[in-house]
Amino acid sequence: MPETKFAPWTDPNEKPLIQFRNVTKRFGTFTAIDDQSFDIYAKEFFALLGPSGCGKTTMMRMLAGFETPTEGTILLGGRDIAPIPPNKREVNMMFQSYALFPHLSVRDNIAFGLKRDKLPADRIAARVDEMLKLTRLEKFASRKPHQISGGQRQRVALARSLAKGPKLLLLDEPLGALDAKLRQDTQFELMDIQEKTGTTFVIVTHDQEEAMTVASRVAVMDDGRIVQIATPDEIYEAPNSAYVADFIGDVTLFSGTAMNRAPEAEPIQETAEAGTEAAPEEAENPETETVDTPKAVTDIGVPVEPEAPISGEPDAPEPARAEPAPAAAPAKAARGPQPNRMGLWLHDKLWAKVFGPRTDIVRQLPPPSDAERTLKSAETEPVSAETSRAPGGGITIDWAEGQPPLIALDGPEVKDGQQVQLALRPEKVGISKTKPDAVNALKGKVIDIAYLGNLSTYHVELENGMMIKAQLANTRRISRRDITWEDEVWVSWTGTAGVVLTS
Amino acid sequence: MKRLTWFNTTSLTLGFAFLYLPMIILVIYSFNASQLVTVWAGFSTKWYGELLRNEAFLDAAWVTLQVAVVSSTIATVLGTMAAYVLVRAGRFWGRTLFSGMIYAPLVMPEVITGLSLLLLFIGIGLDRGVLTIILAHTTFSMCFVSVVVSSRLVSFDRSLEEAALDLGCSPFQAFRLVTLPIIAPAVISGWLLAFTLSLDDLVIASFTAGPSATTLPIKIWSSIRLGVSPEINALSTILIGIVAVGVVTASLVSKRQLMRQDADEKAAVRAEA
Repeated sequence: MPETKFAPWTDPNEKPLIQFRNVTKRFGTFTAIDDQSFDIYAKEFFALLGPSGCGKTTMMRMLAGFETPTEGTILLGGRDIAPIPPNKREVNMMFQSYALFPHLSVRDNIAFGLKRDKLPADRIAARVDEMLKLTRLEKFASRKPHQISGGQRQRVALARSLAKGPKLLLLDEPLGALDAKLRQDTQFELMDIQEKTGTTFVIVTHDQEEAMTVASRVAVMDDGRIVQIATPDEIYEAPNSAYVADFIGDVTLFSGTAMNRAPEAEPIQETAEAGTEAAPEEAENPETETVDTPKAVTDIGVPVEPEAPISGEPDAPEPARAEPAPAAAPAKAARGPQPNRMGLWLHDKLWAKVFGPRTDIVRQLPPPSDAERTLKSAETEPVSAETSRAPGGGITIDWAEGQPPLIALDGPEVKDGQQVQLALRPEKVGISKTKPDAVNALKGKVIDIAYLGNLSTYHVELENGMMIKAQLANTRRISRRDITWEDEVWVSWTGTAGVVLTS
Repeated sequence: MKRLTWFNTTSLTLGFAFLYLPMIILVIYSFNASQLVTVWAGFSTKWYGELLRNEAFLDAAWVTLQVAVVSSTIATVLGTMAAYVLVRAGRFWGRTLFSGMIYAPLVMPEVITGLSLLLLFIGIGLDRGVLTIILAHTTFSMCFVSVVVSSRLVSFDRSLEEAALDLGCSPFQAFRLVTLPIIAPAVISGWLLAFTLSLDDLVIASFTAGPSATTLPIKIWSSIRLGVSPEINALSTILIGIVAVGVVTASLVSKRQLMRQDADEKAAVRAEA
């Protein structure tokens, strides 16, 4: 599959079709575009996404030639396009209002651009027929724009802008005027046409769902700057800032102080259970650069009890420990005194150099029996395969007085005491009436339930008053939905479910 | 429908009588056999025949038509250009001043316009004749055209022009192929307005007309001073007839167009459903 995947931006040898080089656009004292540089590659479906007034339309109008950059250059196929007027550019645009010529028939509208090129009449006719067929408008060729429906007008506008076979097609909120159902159909039609013609599309939209559906890459804009450019799944699952996380989809943001956790104890990874725990995690987030963080930390070679993270959290939810496990008793008894945080710090910084790495007695619970394992998975239904015994590494986030710190197992490197935010998508949050066996579990009360048919969203108020959203897919038609308003519930999520944001 | 009460009928009759009685009297007396305007002496069409033989009147009518066609055409071209620039050029220095100056002749007393033009023509040594009347009429009717066209341009979707540029038109081609056809109704009504204004102008024409050229309004006015002749009644009746036919035709055509467009849109909605 990776061979067929379309991702020219990952190939350093690929030449970009469009290059923005430190482009700034000012209108008087107002800065619409603030020193932006980025590339768009051939055959891409590139979306500029942002709230109104963020500069996305200005960006597009500079590509079309209706505005010129105040500073910086825009290169199209390696050539600076600033001195080329719009009528000489190999760029066509589909306007938000469609801008169909009301005095011309559908056929003449589509032929308009071709006639300006002084092509012979038979070639124009052939090309127009081709376009009419592509957009399924053959029946309406002789009608005037006011004699056809909105969806048909949209297709005429598309056919007209594609007729000249531009290198680049710009679409300015192309589906804004269509109703929801028609818009969805048209989105897939657009993608289909883009694939068939192989034209590079740049779409401007404020509708994040539309951008995510059609685009190969999405650029999220805010206030004249591009905040993040990435594929739709990266934008959603690995936003680089609280702004992006909040703009795309639903999210709960926890702000708090980060503290690095102790690295993972090596022997645990050798056990069968640890192996199964680590595997789904790595599979879950293959793209995040931080998957290897725990391993890197492990290299220091300080095996630490995973059940007692050095950050010291006496009342952290660690249900595994509370579990009745008779076999664990002898192992617990064998434990000696554990180094506290300062001791560990002294050791790592000073003594390790003199005395060598600290060897600790390996302590761990024996692997659970099959019976235990099934019992546990039944209990932790809302949470995926992961168990509460969080692997080492990652960070803890102190986010509220009297609340257990949150554990995030992957994320960017942070300093102890750094202010961070944890962004949590509602569908990654489980909800249950009994305390689940999860890395992160918080108690709360159901305030609101939004039943959307395919999904139910629960608004849960945590004990400190913060609202968190949890989403369950209604996969069965007839089921007990036994969680209701005012219920005491537990919300839980895995160590990798949240995204740690430092900006 | 409300019933026509006694009061309603009376006020309607009085109103229309006020508007049309003078004209009706004029039409009736144009068919008077008598030389005297105020005495009815039986039906006759002889004054129409007399009119066709009156060289002076025919010359004046010809001059009036020439002046109206030429001056309204020039005024339409200049007025459309002015409107286009004022609506499209964005904010440039002195824009408010310019737009104010375009509209000033609308409220300027005609006597003053006429007098200043007369002084100008004398000053530059231009002999008064057809040319000076055309220039004067262009001057004062241009602002009317500009008002009509710019009110249409304000509501004109600018992206249509951008689309034309985007598809390979030069700015002038975009104007000729897209903007002009779309604003054509406004330009035509601007031309018609300029034409009628020129046709019935008396004040400015009398300042700028010379002995070599007289327009119809000046001719009628000067012959009235010698006494109303039945010939003038006949001429006025012809003018009323032309205007009435024109107005009725125009309204019928536009009404039919509106109905057709309405039907088209309904058909489109049905096709969609």
